Parts: sequence; structure tokens; C-alpha cells
Amino acid sequence: MLVPLASILDSFSGAFDFIFHQQDSITGARIGGLGQVGDFALTHLEVSALALAGALVVALPLGVVLGHRGRGELLAVAAGNAGRAIPELALIAFMVAFVGVGLLNVTIALLVLGIPPILTNSFVGIRQVDRDAVEAARGMGMSPAGVILKVELPLAVPTIMSGVRTAAINIVATATIAPLAGVLTLGDFIINENVYGQDGVLAGAILVALLALTVELALAGLQRLLTPRGLRLHRAAAPA
Amino acid sequence: MAFLAAQFSSWIPVASAASEFVHQRHGGTCIQDNGAFCAGWVIDNIDRYVTPTLQHLVLVSVSVALGFAIAFALALVSHRRRWLVPPVTAATGILYTIPSLAFFFLLLPITGRGDDTAIIALTAYTLQIIYRNIVAGLRNVPEEAKDVGRGMGMTDRQLLWRVELPLAVPEIVAGLRIATVSTVALATLAVFAGGGGLGSEIVSGSNITFRTGVITAGGIAILMAIGFDVLWVGAQRKLSPWRQVRPI
Repeated sequence: MLVPLASILDSFSGAFDFIFHQQDSITGARIGGLGQVGDFALTHLEVSALALAGALVVALPLGVVLGHRGRGELLAVAAGNAGRAIPELALIAFMVAFVGVGLLNVTIALLVLGIPPILTNSFVGIRQVDRDAVEAARGMGMSPAGVILKVELPLAVPTIMSGVRTAAINIVATATIAPLAGVLTLGDFIINENVYGQDGVLAGAILVALLALTVELALAGLQRLLTPRGLRLHRAAAPA
Repeated sequence: MAFLAAQFSSWIPVASAASEFVHQRHGGTCIQDNGAFCAGWVIDNIDRYVTPTLQHLVLVSVSVALGFAIAFALALVSHRRRWLVPPVTAATGILYTIPSLAFFFLLLPITGRGDDTAIIALTAYTLQIIYRNIVAGLRNVPEEAKDVGRGMGMTDRQLLWRVELPLAVPEIVAGLRIATVSTVALATLAVFAGGGGLGSEIVSGSNITFRTGVITAGGIAILMAIGFDVLWVGAQRKLSPWRQVRPI
């Protein structure tokens, strides 16, 4: 099963060469190089960002309002469980077979994938906010909207953001197979081996992994920024 | 359609194989009409799905079992050495974040095409989920319960196996449920690593544009996920009859 180290290193150096230098494919097309990598990476980010934004717009208000009212637990939790069971490949194939190819269709498919974790976590996050804090806010005369925006949402940031991160990971990962639906993301290098060759496939895998890790790191940073300072101090004081 | 054909240039051998079974199999008009769902085609072609379904079951079972074994060992090691939890969580987090499809092809130069590669990547994906739940389960064991065990003269090892782990079962099983259901969904991608599974009936067996084929393969995967989930709920009831599942 294992192959010699030299051949592994050879594969990876070929992949890095593919990323940095444009070359001719067997079919004669110009492939690889930073220009094409940049194009695909931008499309990958674009479709992922659109889908994540769409999922946030749909799922966050719904989860927050349901959590605030303490209703619809079944819906929020069942959505989370059902969402995990959706096979990513089947979802993209479903879009291709029933709706068609293109950026909009892929965005919708990815958006569907992003809704469950955000919905579940925003519901659970808001529900878990200390009831005493909410009562205190009401006692101070805050309106329901004020309670949500100034008390519940800030305190629920860690849970909500963990749902957003799960959604983002799923979306970026699934955007890798978007080329099946005609959207040329970094996954095109992986899926169309006959165009890009083995170097291109490995390069695509490296790039997709790096992109996913970068997005995850960025969102982890965003989570730190959004988490209220008091909550951070509280966490630091109580060892995880 | 021409655009789509160009997109699928890599599946040309597949496409010719597909047109071959149009002629050989019944329900050929189902493929030409490509209606929303053609029950007749499924009934005539149900045998096509047996091998991919079994492959899928094996991929999921082996990956989750391996993932549990590794995560369990990691959790036990870090249980008494708390400082290990953040680095292990970070490391498994990286494995969780790398998209499976990328993982398959990163492994390809090392392990080659086949289900080994698919299983390694799927196993790596489950580690974070299972590890976190085992650690959380052990941490949430009430101090009083542990004190009772110590008072009865239990050693650390006895305490772990007779008090802490049994009380952590609901959370451990909750982690296994999430890991299993996610792995059933992800294993549809194993076809790209040469690992077979139900994904092969989506991208290669029939065709990604053949509606009935997509619905059938996707439907079997969803049913499999539900089946595993039901099994885990049953197992959890048997293993910890004193406690109901607590959502994390």
C-alpha cells in the first residue's frame, strides 16, 4: 500500500509547480498557474460566501425568534438532525437533475446545507442564555427587541458562531463538487483529472484544504471579535 | 446541454456505459423521458444498488468504528492529563475542517486509489465529533458520583470503567450518532477516491442528470442514515437505561 517517500515528494513538488506555473495540458489548453488558481479560488469563495450569507438570512432570525419565544424546539432540533443526513453529492446532483446548472442553483443547494446548523445553534444558543439575565433586562424596561439584540444575542455568540462555522465548513467542502453543476471552483482541478492531470488533482486538493482551513481560522477570529469581553474573561477564569 | 457535456468530459466512458444499460435494461424510456421519479426503472434495476449499498455500509461502519477506537484512546489518555485536551481538539479540528474530497486526493500519492483512502479520510473526519463528546461526557460526570466510588475504595481505573464511562454513555452515543449520520452522507463522495459506495450510482452508475437514479441513490443514503440513527437510539437505551439523551 505504501509507496516510497521519494515518489510522494515528487507528486507534491509537481502539485506545487502546477499551482505556481502555468503549463500546457495534454489537450493543449493552458492550465494551472496562479491566474487560474486565483480565478477558481475567487469563484469558490464567492459561491460559498453567497450561500453562507443566504443561510444566515434565512436561519438566524428564525432560530433567534424561536429561541426567544421558546417555541419550535422540535423544528429547530429536527432540522439540525435532518440536515446532517443530506448526502452532499446527492444534493448537488439533485439540483443538476431537477433545476439545472449554474451559480444560482449551486448557491441554493449550498444554502440549504448551511441552514440546519445555524438554525439549531441559534435556537439552542438563545435558549441557553441565563434566564436571570433576561429577567433583569426586562426589569430594566428593555423592549423585546432590545432584550434580543443587547442581551440574548451577545451572550449566545459562541454557540451561534459554532453553528456558523459548521455551516461554513460544510458549504466550502461541498463547493468543491460544484464543477459537477457547472460552477468552476477549486474542485475543478480535482474532478477533471483528464484536463489537469495528476499534478492538478493534488494541487486542487492542497488548495481546497488550505482554503477550508483559512475560512475556519477567519471565522474563529470573527467569533473572538464578536464574543462580549465579559464572556471571554468568564471563560478564561473557568478552565474549559 | 453542450456546456454540460463539456463539464462531464471526464465521464465519457461512464456515459457510454450508461447508454449501454439503456439498451440492455428494461425501463429504457424512463431514461429518455427523465421524469421526476420512475418506479418501474427502480424495480427493474434494484440489483444495481445492492453492491454500492453494501460498500457504503462497510465504509461507514469501518470508519466510525476506527474513529471511535482512536477517539476513545485519545480521550482516555487526555482524561487524566487535562492539558492534552486543547492540542488534541485543535489537531482533530484540522482533520474535521479539511474537506473529505480534498483529503482523499491528498492521501492519493501515499495510499493510492481505493477504499483504504476513503476510510482513512472518513475516519479522520469522525475523530473531532466523537472525541469532543467523550471528553464532555467524562467531564460532566457529577463529582458526587465519583466521590461515592472513591469512598467505596475504587482505584482510578475502576472509577473510570465502573462509574465515569457508564455515566458518560449518553453523551458518547450522542457523538457517535452525529458521526455516523454525517459519515453516511459524506461517504457518497468516496466514489471519487475509488472507494465505491452509493455515490457511484450518482456520478457514474446511471448519470448525474438522470433524476430517478439520483433520487434512488440519495434516498438509500438518507434511509441508511435514519436506520443507523434508530440503531444508536436503541443502543443508548440499552446501555444507559437510567438516563435519557441530553442534547449537547
